[in-house]
Amino acid sequence: MVLPEFSIALPEIFLAAAALFLLMFGVFKGKGATAPVSWLAVLSLVITGFLVVMGGSETQLTFSDLYRTDAFGNFMKVLALGASALAIIMSMDFNKREKIERFEFPVLIVIASLGMMVMISANDLMSLYMGIELMSLSLYVTAAFRRDSVRSTEAGLKYFVLGALSSGMLLYGCSLIYGFTGSTNFTAIASAVAETHGQIGLGLLVGLVFLIAGLAFKVSAVPFHMWTPDVYEGVPTPVTAFFAAAPKIAGMALFIRAFITPFGELVDQWQQIIVFVSIASMVLGAFAAINQKNIKRLMAYSSIGHIGFALVGLAAGTEEGVRGVLIYLAIYVVMNIGTFAIILSMRQKDGMVEDISELAGLGKTRPVMALLLMIFMFSLAGVPPLAGFFGKFYVFVAAINSGLYALAVIGLLASVVGAFYYLRIVKIMYFDDEKEGFKPVNRTLTWIMGGAGIFTALFFVYPAPLLSSAAAAAAALFQ
Amino acid sequence: MLDWNILSFVTFLPLVGALLILLTGGKEEVAARNARQVALWTTLITFAVSLLIWINFDTSEAGFQFVEKAEWLGGGINYHMGIDGISMLFIILTTFLMPICILASWESIGTRVREYMIAFLILETLMIGVFCAMDMVLFYLFFEAGLIPMFLIIGIWGGANRIYASFKFFLYTLVGSVLMLAAMIAMYNIVGTTDIPTLMAYNFDVDLQFWLWLAFFASFAVKVPMWPVHTWLPDAHVQAPTAGSVILAGVLLKMGGYGFLRFSIPMFPDASQYFAPMVFGLSVIAIIYTSLVALVQKDMKKLIAYSSVAHMGFITIGVFTFTQQGLEGGILQMISHGIVSGALFLCVGVIYDRIHTREIARYGGLVHRMPRYAVIFMIFTMATIGLPGTSGFVGEFLILVGVYQVSTWTAFLATTGVILGAAYSLYLYRRVVFGELVKEDLKSIVDVNKREMAIFIPLIAVAMWIGIYPDPFLDVMHASVTSLMEQHQLALDATNSTLHAAK
Repeated sequence: MVLPEFSIALPEIFLAAAALFLLMFGVFKGKGATAPVSWLAVLSLVITGFLVVMGGSETQLTFSDLYRTDAFGNFMKVLALGASALAIIMSMDFNKREKIERFEFPVLIVIASLGMMVMISANDLMSLYMGIELMSLSLYVTAAFRRDSVRSTEAGLKYFVLGALSSGMLLYGCSLIYGFTGSTNFTAIASAVAETHGQIGLGLLVGLVFLIAGLAFKVSAVPFHMWTPDVYEGVPTPVTAFFAAAPKIAGMALFIRAFITPFGELVDQWQQIIVFVSIASMVLGAFAAINQKNIKRLMAYSSIGHIGFALVGLAAGTEEGVRGVLIYLAIYVVMNIGTFAIILSMRQKDGMVEDISELAGLGKTRPVMALLLMIFMFSLAGVPPLAGFFGKFYVFVAAINSGLYALAVIGLLASVVGAFYYLRIVKIMYFDDEKEGFKPVNRTLTWIMGGAGIFTALFFVYPAPLLSSAAAAAAALFQ
Repeated sequence: MLDWNILSFVTFLPLVGALLILLTGGKEEVAARNARQVALWTTLITFAVSLLIWINFDTSEAGFQFVEKAEWLGGGINYHMGIDGISMLFIILTTFLMPICILASWESIGTRVREYMIAFLILETLMIGVFCAMDMVLFYLFFEAGLIPMFLIIGIWGGANRIYASFKFFLYTLVGSVLMLAAMIAMYNIVGTTDIPTLMAYNFDVDLQFWLWLAFFASFAVKVPMWPVHTWLPDAHVQAPTAGSVILAGVLLKMGGYGFLRFSIPMFPDASQYFAPMVFGLSVIAIIYTSLVALVQKDMKKLIAYSSVAHMGFITIGVFTFTQQGLEGGILQMISHGIVSGALFLCVGVIYDRIHTREIARYGGLVHRMPRYAVIFMIFTMATIGLPGTSGFVGEFLILVGVYQVSTWTAFLATTGVILGAAYSLYLYRRVVFGELVKEDLKSIVDVNKREMAIFIPLIAVAMWIGIYPDPFLDVMHASVTSLMEQHQLALDATNSTLHAAK
């Protein structure tokens, strides 16, 4: 028997071992284990990221072609690992203060990250499903992490029930695809699809639709977005920060890989579905957010809208489009983490607040924080010269190049509607009279929001590294 | 020619000032004083350096000068700066108005002075950048980013209804701009670069030109603003602080006119020719309608805002005549309007600072207490009417000469706007300055002080200079305008000949 090449999957193996070690460490250490476990979890995520980069960017397959590493995977993995690590760091102070400090939390995030890495590297419907479930199960638990809060447990339950439903659809889609192509392997499916010369049967198409439905749920794209606002609002804020970043990256990575690699030939078939999902997400994200009063709910709708914009790039179905999505996601994650670092700092003397109106007069009481939030808001709205503009620019370049004019124009107009509610936050901070104000900000959060703010504001000065690495990652997918 | 990157230097110099203000802290009062000083000196130095551009400018050269190019986003999108005879004067206008704006805000802005000065300095960088950018993406970046500081200036330091005005300003402009962005991306995909000189030389398909032209028009028409998308302007002007109005009328509106000259006409010559009657129609409506609206205004700033729309109507007419006089008149009128309407807003600001109202009925008989003010206001009222010897005359005259060659009816209707302009301007002047001094609080009003004189004297000087001896200004643009017209004619001839060949 020939053993598979383990070294290719070294980062995943390391992370799995680290997760188990951290769990043991936490159990045996008992009380006071949370802080060391959290920092060790961050360290292991960083080491994993390092291993990913060191692994090289050439395309390699292992485990009977179930698993694939390439530049695309590396790009997404580094992004997801970074987002997870920051989520752990941001959670520490909050959990301690809210007395939900438990060492399982960082361990669960590490396990979820492992699931994400498997998703990103999946080259087979089996490994795809395994990765998704590993991530999702960890996410369900983190959602209900605040056990004695009704809202949190309700959100966790809601997420679990709907998530299980979507997994069912995904699995159903996978089985149909397997039935009509004869394989679960992406490479084999690709060649089976190529033989049909675009004349695919209804069964495969239905399978494809179910696959899209399942994936759309994971990235919270319309019409499978319903869980997002409730879950975002209900779960503890650091969990929201985590949900809004890393799982979205993994989900989009999977979306891209599953559609470009095996079904790349069928662009005409799935393009219109993605176009619809994209338009619906952008429009709903823009309009539904207008009346929100809770900032976490607002960010939920904002994230729905942003997934719509990212899907614009996928709808193009070209290398250029994938590059656009990658740039978009990288920038989105930074803006999002920065915004959540600020939301986590919205602390008054009676505890955390989530109402947008509490931001009133922040421009006077906390000028730096207000400035940063303003940068993030204008960037999320896509106003140049902030980073968010470049993300939108590249996905729309790809869409227009593929002849999707209507999609591009609707998307751009939706971004104007979206600008309204981002502007509203700026208005509340700067134009309204000050309220109680917030307590001093924790040091680590300051670093995170400051770093994210500087990246967002000054991205235009030296954009070349991100643009070129995204281009290399996209190219790897189209080899 | 200078061998250092003077354009980038002038563009980003104000940012350095903004950074300095950001770094200086201290007590509120000390910080405010420092911020004012730094802002004033930064803008003065920027103005002085920008004069070097004018001195070293080669008026015989039609192409772009002081060109800088550097790798930026890759894929045909570069950091590319350069100016020609069309854009040069706008840069000078911007750097000239900025110190005046800072001085005008010296006392009237009392809260959050640091932030205010930072916003203005950032805005200056972005405005200069718009006129220097030789790459579409770079242009869009500067063009759009200007919304952020202006949004804050109106929203934070504006009047009672400032929130509505700031949102309207931002969203109106953004809607137009995203359509322009879509067109820019489409052009980028066709040509493979966003380099403006390359795009000017490229012949776009005639059918496509119409769509692209309309998309650009959506953005520039809002910015100019043209009827019927002008409604954001009166709101924004009324609510903005005085210096905000000056910059809005003086420079931001000019970006629309500049956009027509830089993009619409050279890149889409056939579409520009095709849509010229529509532009004339809209402009004539704007001139007559907004002049009539201006006649019945009760708020001084609103009146001047509507008069701005009317004057911008002249400019769009002049630009779309494609004649030497029309184009040069349009550009000169933009410069003149930037100075004159800016000055009128400053005139309103002077009495607003004293009485804190802009309602015309609350004034009257100011000449008795403020003789110097009456003279200043008179000069600018005459300039806005277009009295010979003031800057307004030269621009309007050239435009009317230009448009007469193209369409006599348009010339006729536009001329009625001159008469209406005289009516509302003189009517305003009479109600504010002449008459009996009966209002109690006006009896103790004081005349313009030294600081305010320092603001007005350079403005008067320039307005008279353009009016009496406009040659130095026209000289700069001759070569570029001639080449623009030649290119336009060549493109039209080429299209005609292909159409004939097809027949």
